[in-house]
Amino acid sequence: MPAAEVNHVFKSYADKAVVNDLSFSVAQGEMFGLIGPNGAGKTTTIRMMMDIIKPDSGEVTLLGEKLSEATKNRLGYLPEERGLYKKLSVLESIVYLASLKGMDRHSATEKANGLLNQTAMLDSKRKKIEELSKGMGQIIQFIVTIIHDPQLVILDEPFAGLDPVNTELLKGMFADLRNQGKAVILSTHQMNQVEELCDRILMINNGQAILYGNLSEIKSRYRGDSVLLDCKGELGEVPGVTAKSTHKGYTELILDGKTTPQQVLAHLVSRGMVINRFEVATPSLNEIFLKEVGKRS
Amino acid sequence: MNKTLLIFRHEFLHAIKRKGFIIMTLIVPVLALLGIGVFQLISTIDKPPVVETTTIGYVDEAGGFGQYTTQGHINLVRFNTPEDATAALISGEVSEYFVIPPDYMSAGVINRYTLEKEVEPSPVIVAVIKNFLTSNLLSEKVPPETVYRIEAPLGLVVTRLTETGAVATEQGGYGNVIIPGIFSLLLALSLMLSSTYLVQGLGDEKESRLIEILLSSVSTRQLLIGKVLGLGAAGIVQVVIWLASAPLLLRLASSAFGGFISTIQIPANFLVLGIVYFILGYSLFAALSAGIGAISPNAREGQQLAMIYTLLVFVPLWFSSLLFIFPNSPIWVVLTIFPITAPMAVMLRLGVSDVAAWQLAVSIAVLMLSTIGVLFLSVKAFRVYLLMYGKRPKFGEIIRSLRSG
Repeated sequence: MPAAEVNHVFKSYADKAVVNDLSFSVAQGEMFGLIGPNGAGKTTTIRMMMDIIKPDSGEVTLLGEKLSEATKNRLGYLPEERGLYKKLSVLESIVYLASLKGMDRHSATEKANGLLNQTAMLDSKRKKIEELSKGMGQIIQFIVTIIHDPQLVILDEPFAGLDPVNTELLKGMFADLRNQGKAVILSTHQMNQVEELCDRILMINNGQAILYGNLSEIKSRYRGDSVLLDCKGELGEVPGVTAKSTHKGYTELILDGKTTPQQVLAHLVSRGMVINRFEVATPSLNEIFLKEVGKRS
Repeated sequence: MNKTLLIFRHEFLHAIKRKGFIIMTLIVPVLALLGIGVFQLISTIDKPPVVETTTIGYVDEAGGFGQYTTQGHINLVRFNTPEDATAALISGEVSEYFVIPPDYMSAGVINRYTLEKEVEPSPVIVAVIKNFLTSNLLSEKVPPETVYRIEAPLGLVVTRLTETGAVATEQGGYGNVIIPGIFSLLLALSLMLSSTYLVQGLGDEKESRLIEILLSSVSTRQLLIGKVLGLGAAGIVQVVIWLASAPLLLRLASSAFGGFISTIQIPANFLVLGIVYFILGYSLFAALSAGIGAISPNAREGQQLAMIYTLLVFVPLWFSSLLFIFPNSPIWVVLTIFPITAPMAVMLRLGVSDVAAWQLAVSIAVLMLSTIGVLFLSVKAFRVYLLMYGKRPKFGEIIRSLRSG
């Protein structure tokens, strides 16, 4: 049973399609990246998944069923636009929002204390939300998202506005979620984070899917005919290499399209060269993103 | 715990902990107690007031006005000529004087002279001069008792009977109007306050984007019902505290002040109808507030829009003077049936006269139906405009979306 399944979902505002026939699924225990430029339809898709807005057509199934009150208790949602009760204390806010996810006050308080301790925020538990910095507020919001031990966690731009220390803290907690077998949907336009964290991705633009699947497979599809080499000694002529460009610390060898990187490596080894680095050049997700979005705009 | 109950509990506790709510709830009985206390304190310190005797002069040019020169605490001193009287006025011997001219019997004109600038003569002085003239005119013709009766011919005591002929428990009069009058004002304030909290709460949640988190846990229906009931319960607590403190305060005030205060009564069906109209009035206001909260981009704009209907609650007050003269005027029937003005109109009317049972029935039915209708539209609007931040939809857009929604 997939953790989330979106089938041919369509949503329009004032006759403009914001999400256009979108389908994808997220497996249990998977970290899934939902990526796309601003205004691509990521947040609308997530809001339809959370039943905050209704799709014009199509179907969303979460944890094997249509969204109900019981299902909501098994979901964690960190919206892009964040907010908490400014006048409530940190602990009161967490406990109240956890109780709306079906937790009793006692276990919510206990778990909240544990998570505040884990995020080094236990000293702030009596502070009012309005007294916290933006980053601290986001950590509290993340705690609210996961406190009830959800099976599926949807995070919309979780790193926005976070400093590097808190970004690393969140990443560690995401890894914990994956290790516990939870499905995590990470919606962002920070490609480096997706590249680092996600197993599979869906890239959308203008409400439509443009890339969908395993991240490494997608990257290999966009692999160019070049290798990155750092070796000792004179490189000289290498069969199958049409051009060389020197960078700081490495040389990029452009292949002729018929020769494989393995053949080049075999040739260099046969010449007895000392090789420090040999890497098949693959484009970053950011490059793939720019290429794909640029192609369609 | 049920999620609606959780929201109810949260909103209720949040509302009753607000400074504005606590001050508003306590200030009414506290101010009343303070007033009674201050009165008692002053009355134990102060000696009984000494009534000053005033002297006014007169010149009798017509003749025959020499008796009855003491009228209550006012003494009348006769002068032979207007010049003498003027000199006495300037020297301060008399505070004023009047002249009875020779042709008084045919013309009936009295000339009064004073150093004070005034809009019109004091009614006390007018009554004194009138009684002095009447007494002297009648002195030789009728017995003194008749003179006194002519001066004060009417001491009206009205007793209201029931249909069986027994003396009614509610006797009417201004004493009956006081409590409903004050309560209707407080009721309107409480309605205004509760609905302001609702609009503000929804506006804040939209503004702080908290609404998305809430709706990822609960449904729109649970959220709205929980909020409306929670704030309504807080409003009821406020109204019940006021109502419960009223009889106690009245007893205290009656023993402290006596007189008019001791005639103050609370109409029999007033407490029950007070609660009923608060609940119904609040439900309508809550439904309206939810709609306003839905279409407003933030709390401030929501409150500005809510002013439109919260001000309408006070409309019956504008017509309250009419109520005493024409308690059964068609205007009052309209105000009783129109749902927004109904709570205050009924409370005011209960103090003045009986409200026909059919009017109460129609008023309650209209309030209930309009609440259901407004709630239906508000839930629709809430869903459509839930995530609209920073921009208020135009009126035409709202109508279109409500139709299509």
